[in-house]
Amino acid sequence: MIYTDKVMDHFQNPRNVGVLKDADGTGKVGNPVCGDMMTFYIKVKDNRLEDIKFQTFGCGAAIAVSSIVSELAMGKTLEEAMKISNEIVAEELGGLPKNKLHCSNLGADALHAAIEDYRKKQAPKKMEAPPEAEKCFCPYCDGPVEGLESACTACDVDLEECPHCGNLTKKGEEKCVKCGADLEP
Amino acid sequence: MKEKVEAALDKVRPALMADGGNVELVEVKDGVVKVKLTGACGGCPMSQLTLKMGIERHLKKEVPEVKRSSRFKLTAGVPKRDMRKVYLDHIAATPLDPEVLEAMLPFFREKFGNPQSLHSAGQEALEALEEARSRVARLIGAEDSEVHFTASGSEANNFALKGMAMARRDKGNHLVLSAIEHQSVLHSAKSLEKSGFSSTLVPVDRHGLIDPEAVQKAIRKETVLVSVILASSEVGTVEPVADIARVCRAAGVPLHTDAVAAVGNISVDVKTLGVDALSLAADQFYGPKGSGALFVRKGVRILPIIDGGIQEAGRRAGTENVPGIVGMGKAAEIARARLSERQERMKALRDRLIERLPQRVDRVYLTGHPDRRLPHQASFCVEFIEGEAMLLNLDMKGIAVSSGSACTSRALKASHVLLAMGIDHALAQGSLVFSLVDSTTAEDIDYLLDVFPPVVDRLRNMSPLYTKFLEETQK
Repeated sequence: MIYTDKVMDHFQNPRNVGVLKDADGTGKVGNPVCGDMMTFYIKVKDNRLEDIKFQTFGCGAAIAVSSIVSELAMGKTLEEAMKISNEIVAEELGGLPKNKLHCSNLGADALHAAIEDYRKKQAPKKMEAPPEAEKCFCPYCDGPVEGLESACTACDVDLEECPHCGNLTKKGEEKCVKCGADLEP
Repeated sequence: MKEKVEAALDKVRPALMADGGNVELVEVKDGVVKVKLTGACGGCPMSQLTLKMGIERHLKKEVPEVKRSSRFKLTAGVPKRDMRKVYLDHIAATPLDPEVLEAMLPFFREKFGNPQSLHSAGQEALEALEEARSRVARLIGAEDSEVHFTASGSEANNFALKGMAMARRDKGNHLVLSAIEHQSVLHSAKSLEKSGFSSTLVPVDRHGLIDPEAVQKAIRKETVLVSVILASSEVGTVEPVADIARVCRAAGVPLHTDAVAAVGNISVDVKTLGVDALSLAADQFYGPKGSGALFVRKGVRILPIIDGGIQEAGRRAGTENVPGIVGMGKAAEIARARLSERQERMKALRDRLIERLPQRVDRVYLTGHPDRRLPHQASFCVEFIEGEAMLLNLDMKGIAVSSGSACTSRALKASHVLLAMGIDHALAQGSLVFSLVDSTTAEDIDYLLDVFPPVVDRLRNMSPLYTKFLEETQK
């Protein structure tokens, strides 16, 4: 099995699936090109997440990620919820396959987008943040993938392992994208 | 204490068994009881509740020392022993025919000789090797000497692309491929680009068909090789390779066809097709993995990609995988004998699936050509949900399917084959490929038809795309 028991549990029995019709904030990330889309709905009371619901189009990892994010954030203050990172989510799930770390691990981003949306509604004059909705990340090099290109197009070049941190990086790069170490040309 | 817990569990067991489930005691340690929910309970979404409200409460009442119970391991996702198992992933690998295994076994044991050795142990292996070559040659209508064994279908494709292109390097540096080739063909062409080659991808229509005229238009005077797939495992479409061969012959350009998904499953004859090279693999017709072959027509030039000794007429060095090759030979012999019977049986089951699946689930679309398709293959795109999530859910029900080519199962991008057919990204993500094997029965298909609709419903109910669709249709 490519997934941990915990991922399979959340995939099979996802918590908090659904739509909140009168949501205080809504956050959407991903697009079908990446293969994963998530929508988070939040209800906020006294600066706390009173209710969270989500909908997800995507693979097993994407569904499990959404589920655990909703569970982790439920009842938290907005500040606490903003601290939930994609790394923490992956850790909570007992790890995710390397190729799923980016495209599928967008749950925290979707939650944060919902919180941002809530805050924007509270303070409508605030500067608009650039939309994250149409952004994908290459699973190998972490680079953003633009527009309608497939997720890995950026990596349609040779990849090699960084001798310092072991992550895949593009051949010919001067520095490893992950650990920043200098690479041999 | 363990006995007390067992006794207490025995009391709840009838209630669980009434629903087709059960509970097993794993261990009792420091007042913590570890249990495992099995059978229907293991995969039930309410299992957490059953455990907390039912079993834990009951245990605490019956055995006061119990602090808490916990599920030892989620049995879900791991197919249970008593669950029906339906294997519908022929395109990834076929089961090994027991007769093939029998034929192979002596070559792992007493007949271990190297076919290139001059002593009798070697000669015995050589004899078996050549017998296997004849059997493979007969399956595809080739001469024995035209068959070259490789370690996989991918190697055969690499050999054809790189070996034939490099042999004709002085004549030009251009290749023509279809847009729906297997990775081993596309990536070989990409790798040739580093040696100064360029390639043109011929588009396909919405059924995945290649137009021979489009191939003709793509051929230039510096074209040294055309390579088209005979049948795509992902969408099942069988291509008009004989027509493409006529176009290539007229232009004086050799044609290779990747027939890995086709050989052993439909009738393939290199003379009727008129191709100059053809790749095949044993694991697509009940032979072993690690056994492929490349047919190269007599007189067609090809350079080795593995240099070394004189094996395979000097074209592919390395000690021969004798057991694998013997297995491929036996599988080829069986495939030839049973081809028409196999095809008829597969076709009937495939059509049952193609006809009934869209009746059970709405907005499911057959991919590939409705008639010109592999007899064992039925592929679909299911709208609003994603393939891997369906695959994992079906696996929990004991059904093995694929969401595309096994070679790309871990990549996240939508299939290049489906995109080339004009299917949009979102729909292409919902791809599922069912491919039948010899042992598939009508009951298996019916089981799938029963299990599939709730899986789709479950995933659609959590899909934002489906919600959006419902809102739009209600307006």
